[in-house]
Amino acid sequence: MNLAIILQAGVATGTALLFATLGEILTERSGILNLGVEGMMLLGAMTSYAMSNKFGNPWIGILFGMLAAGLVSQVHAFITVTLQADQVVSGLSLNFLATGISLVLGEGLNSLVGVPLIPKFDIPLLSQIPFIGDVFFAGHSALVYVGYLMVPLAWYFINRTRPGMHLRAVGEYPSAVDAQGINVFGMRYFYIFVGGLLAGLGGAAISLAISPGFFAEKTTSGQGWIAVGLVIFAQWNPIRAAFGGYIFGALRRLVLDIQGPMLLLGFANPFYYNPYYGFFLKMLPYAFTVIVLIIGSREANRKRVGSPAALGLPYIRGQRGL
Amino acid sequence: MEMVSTMDQENEVRECRNVVCMRGIVKHFPGVLANDHVDFELREGEVHALLGENGAGKSTLMNILAGLYRQDEGLIEVNGKEVKFNSPRDAIAAGIGMVHQHFMLVPSQSVTENILLGLSEPRFRLNLPHYDAVVAQMAEEYGLHVDPRAKIWQLSVGEQQRVELLKMLYRGAEILIMDEPTAVLAPSEIDDLFVTLRAMTQKGKSITFISHKLHEVMAISNRVTVLRKGKVTSSGINIADTSRAGLANLMVGREVVFRVDKNEQEPGDVILSVDNIHAENNKGLKALNGITLNVRAGEIVGLAGVAGNGQRELADVITGLRKASEGQVIIGGEDITNLSPKAGIRKGVSHIPEDRTHVGTAPNLSVTDNVIMKNYTEEPIGKGWMVNDTAATKYARELKKAFDIIVPNVHTSVRLLSGGNLQKVILAREISKKPELLIAMQPTRGLDVGAIEGVQRLLLLQREAGSAVLLVSEELEELLSLSDRIYVIYEGEIMGEVADGDIEKIGLMMTGMQMEDIRLQGEKSNE
Repeated sequence: MNLAIILQAGVATGTALLFATLGEILTERSGILNLGVEGMMLLGAMTSYAMSNKFGNPWIGILFGMLAAGLVSQVHAFITVTLQADQVVSGLSLNFLATGISLVLGEGLNSLVGVPLIPKFDIPLLSQIPFIGDVFFAGHSALVYVGYLMVPLAWYFINRTRPGMHLRAVGEYPSAVDAQGINVFGMRYFYIFVGGLLAGLGGAAISLAISPGFFAEKTTSGQGWIAVGLVIFAQWNPIRAAFGGYIFGALRRLVLDIQGPMLLLGFANPFYYNPYYGFFLKMLPYAFTVIVLIIGSREANRKRVGSPAALGLPYIRGQRGL
Repeated sequence: MEMVSTMDQENEVRECRNVVCMRGIVKHFPGVLANDHVDFELREGEVHALLGENGAGKSTLMNILAGLYRQDEGLIEVNGKEVKFNSPRDAIAAGIGMVHQHFMLVPSQSVTENILLGLSEPRFRLNLPHYDAVVAQMAEEYGLHVDPRAKIWQLSVGEQQRVELLKMLYRGAEILIMDEPTAVLAPSEIDDLFVTLRAMTQKGKSITFISHKLHEVMAISNRVTVLRKGKVTSSGINIADTSRAGLANLMVGREVVFRVDKNEQEPGDVILSVDNIHAENNKGLKALNGITLNVRAGEIVGLAGVAGNGQRELADVITGLRKASEGQVIIGGEDITNLSPKAGIRKGVSHIPEDRTHVGTAPNLSVTDNVIMKNYTEEPIGKGWMVNDTAATKYARELKKAFDIIVPNVHTSVRLLSGGNLQKVILAREISKKPELLIAMQPTRGLDVGAIEGVQRLLLLQREAGSAVLLVSEELEELLSLSDRIYVIYEGEIMGEVADGDIEKIGLMMTGMQMEDIRLQGEKSNE
């Protein structure tokens, strides 16, 4: 087991999580909880894989994947913003809807061969840095580098721009925003859409770059749910989301690596000899999610950085207290 | 346009100095005529109070001027030009800004960010340090002291109000509407606000001040317009030409008794006896430091003091909502210290809490559910583990009638009720079963004159019926007129007890002087 390789793979795996988490952060900052991330990711993975095959260009595939997830997110927008229904229920059903569409339309996609994938390359100069270069700047898919750019951009957008300030305000106290003549409903539709686009991008990153192919639910295998959890761990901050995403990516990779060798730390590797123990290993990242979430939210409480105050509450004009 | 200018000439004398003229404003709401041909004029550089009871139509009128509602009839002129507002944005563009009773501020954002919210400048990049400086300069100019970089949640209510004012000034408002600005402020903050308002009028701003507190209207305004049930009862009279009693009469349409009549009666046995109580506040700091007092049957005992000196903690300890670390609470001869609130309720303790909306009621539940909260287990409302809905509704209807709760029906959620009606719901629940002991925390705060009188009358009725009443209030006048005796609390200690209503002594004790010291001083000066 080579640490650089594990971390390198972790960064690659974490990129899908990162995209989905950033998208959900933007959506939740506008005051809308969208639990349909898993389904939207799967839809993005399926659509982009199929479209890349059809058009022979992975970038066109990604575009379709993002749009498909963005469009399906508008179902959630209509139900929660316009109809003001419960966001948890709507998000869960969106998840079933998007998953269902992906499974039906994605039937048979796993038999495709030679689907064009996102190219991989080294970053000149930066990849020469010892260790860091190997982990972050060598042999990665183009999407990984897109991820690096997106983190500071998202942070800057949220914290240092006027639209970002409005985004924060609409998730904290929508009536103050409404009183200033800004369209609360329009903003929420928009950021649900952006969340959908990024979840789709996360899915596309899996099927066209990280672990190519479309294998029904196993494509995303619950990463959408981890992304929802990571948002809390990240305290709605893109920089922390990047850390979370890459750490979880590395963890998922480490679990695979532990299963591989016959000897582990000089002893016979129980995970190698008994395949059932492997299930325990595969469970670890998810168990770890739970633990990190508990720690993360306790810390958030202590530091007074709670969730956006209006998260999960429909905005109804003129109602008291909102 | 022609029409308007001829009208201008006709009314020239009245028009020329007025920044706002509202003429014949009519506004209907379903089932209510909120404004019935209301005229209102605001002169440049004046503070014009709009006085009226809750529901008199003051806020409606000002919401029309601020562009939140549209009038059904009538016209509005600003600086001599007729205006039609479709949204608050239009009103702000015409220089009219309104500071609402509930502040429209984002708690997690800074003062500057809140001021910039919704403006088209800056375009994209938020250069906060630059705007911080602009806001700081503006704050300096108007004497609205607040740190531009502070987050709203860190600010006191008074400071938040200043942010709202800055927000309007930043948008170029020349005409400011303040909807009951003092309702949320502490007495010292009210003084600061008045200083600020005067400073602003000196800079040529014109201010409308909505209130139902007579002494404030007398203190701050130049002129006053009184509304009653949607109609103007007195338009733009000079404050010098009027009196409190006269205004009160205009406001409620009948003589208001400021001195409530209280019959002489001998108090009975001691019902509540609090002995050397120590307790902590929510932050874990010492809030009560050895409180000892007693209340007898058939008397009202006042507890005076500036807010935050332990009144709430004391009420909590007596009603079982807070643990005492030391001392005893004895009610009707039984030690109930640190028992559950239910133990107190069984001993006949009733509680009118300070926070009506969160402690006093469950906002989303109906009037019925709120009034049966204490006796839902008793026949005929409670039967075994069931609640008899028919009986509960019948009971609620009786109370609605008896306490004159104005609500379409008893199934309405109480969150839709006005402050006065909400208090009636609480009173109905708390005193309909004659309580042994009534703890009333700020029972009249935020209510209009008519409602205050009603609440005070009910408290006196409890006294006549032989209940022991502990009245906690910041309104000295109220304490003096209702109470038989008054304790003064300061930093968790009782400074002394006054039975003769000596307001000077009470004032001294409220600032931390012990009764003993006052007496000694008095003796010295006599020598």
